[in-house]
Amino acid sequence: MSDLKFSKDHEWVQFEDGIATIGISDYAQEQLGDVVYIELPEVGQKIALGEQGAVVESVKAASEIYVPASGEVVEVNSALEDEPGLVNGDPTGGGWFFKLKLDDEAELAALMDDSAYQEFVEDLG
Amino acid sequence: MSGTNGTDSVSIKTTPLYDCHVALGAKMVPFTGYSMPLQYPTGILKEHSHTRANASLFDVSHMGQISIWGSGAAAGLERLVPGDITGLAPWSLRYTQFTNDAGGILDDLMVTNAGGRQILVVNAACKEADFARLKAGFRGAADIAMHVNKALIAIQGPSAAAALARHAPGSKALKFMTAGAMQVAGADAIVSRSGYTGEDGFEISIYADAARHVWQTLMAEPEVEAAGLGARDSLRLEAGLCLYGHDIDETISPVEAGLLWSIGKRRREQGGFPGAERIQAEIADGAKRRRVGILPEGRAPAREDTEILSVDEDVIGKITSGGFGPSAGRPVAMGYVDAAHAKVGTALKLLVRGKKIPASIVKMPFAAHRYHKE
Repeated sequence: MSDLKFSKDHEWVQFEDGIATIGISDYAQEQLGDVVYIELPEVGQKIALGEQGAVVESVKAASEIYVPASGEVVEVNSALEDEPGLVNGDPTGGGWFFKLKLDDEAELAALMDDSAYQEFVEDLG
Repeated sequence: MSGTNGTDSVSIKTTPLYDCHVALGAKMVPFTGYSMPLQYPTGILKEHSHTRANASLFDVSHMGQISIWGSGAAAGLERLVPGDITGLAPWSLRYTQFTNDAGGILDDLMVTNAGGRQILVVNAACKEADFARLKAGFRGAADIAMHVNKALIAIQGPSAAAALARHAPGSKALKFMTAGAMQVAGADAIVSRSGYTGEDGFEISIYADAARHVWQTLMAEPEVEAAGLGARDSLRLEAGLCLYGHDIDETISPVEAGLLWSIGKRRREQGGFPGAERIQAEIADGAKRRRVGILPEGRAPAREDTEILSVDEDVIGKITSGGFGPSAGRPVAMGYVDAAHAKVGTALKLLVRGKKIPASIVKMPFAAHRYHKE
């Protein structure tokens, strides 16, 4: 998964052909605990950098997911409706949230690569 | 019972089982001044399901254990709670509440008639205030002590009786809401058949220095796993049981909370407890609001403080506890609504993040109680 980029809010982004697939990191799912519901955005919705893209509900609490780059939602992972546990079991694979057609891929430059993110997480203790 | 965790700048207390939780890999969180296990590595959903299918151990040593000795203990206690305490048979338990003069609930508690004394188990957050209230209420007429050197372990689930009986044969004979003094794994204990999950189970009060031995002995049983505060909360929510500070507080009366079953006939008629005027009036005329069970449609959990709307979209109340019910397999909630809207079957809307989610009032519990009554 070395082609993934990570935000400080623990989202991951995989960028290919102008489309960014977005989910939450293994560290994030571990912190949240068992995920029971994900409120996904609508296809066609435009979301600006730093705005809320989704809400993840674990048994414990609800957490907002902020998009790490501006764009338009082109696809959501409808498998999460029936199987929210995918976020725990396969956070960087089958547990993806939605895909954004990015306005400006240069916004991704602020994200960390895998090794920088692992270091960032370790520093959180 | 309470040590301090020296690594924190703010003094946080630990229970005698702190090391056991850490050794199991628990996620420890501050809760009412104690470092407590929120969950173990298996996670809340599995801990919850394991409790309903087998048996789980819970460390509830943060709760207050108070004894009141002497012949006047039961009558004195009745001046502070609406429950029938003088009529409580030896080695039986009763659920009741400390009420204030306005009829609100200051804490909810279990009382055990342990022969020559009454044993109270009260909420951790309220225990100092409860102890002070008892001291003031009895004005020196009884010996009252907080058992700071005791631990409390709950074993809950359909396999709890079999697992505990291997180390405390006498526990088998207990029925729901009765107790006995016995040895558990060789340690002096008071065991009650009670709990906070809706399942059959026991609460075991032991001296702090025996806590680790009893915990580890029971953990070694094949049916038993540890469960944390997260599972404790989802289990009690599905069981329709109140959490103090959320579903009941000093403004809410036992009648509003649907706890009238805990006030016996004699006490309803005679009063003689704080707030009796309001509580008796509500018994006669009905309460203005009622605690009800709520099933949201769909999968989005409706959490505490979610506004409850009528179908005409007037605000009629608020959710006080809500989340995903692992055994129900869907979100469940409880909350207060105006009495006019409190009937089972009433359609509602819940305002979750600006969206109006359809819901309905249902009878609680969300998971059938399986107490050992016979």
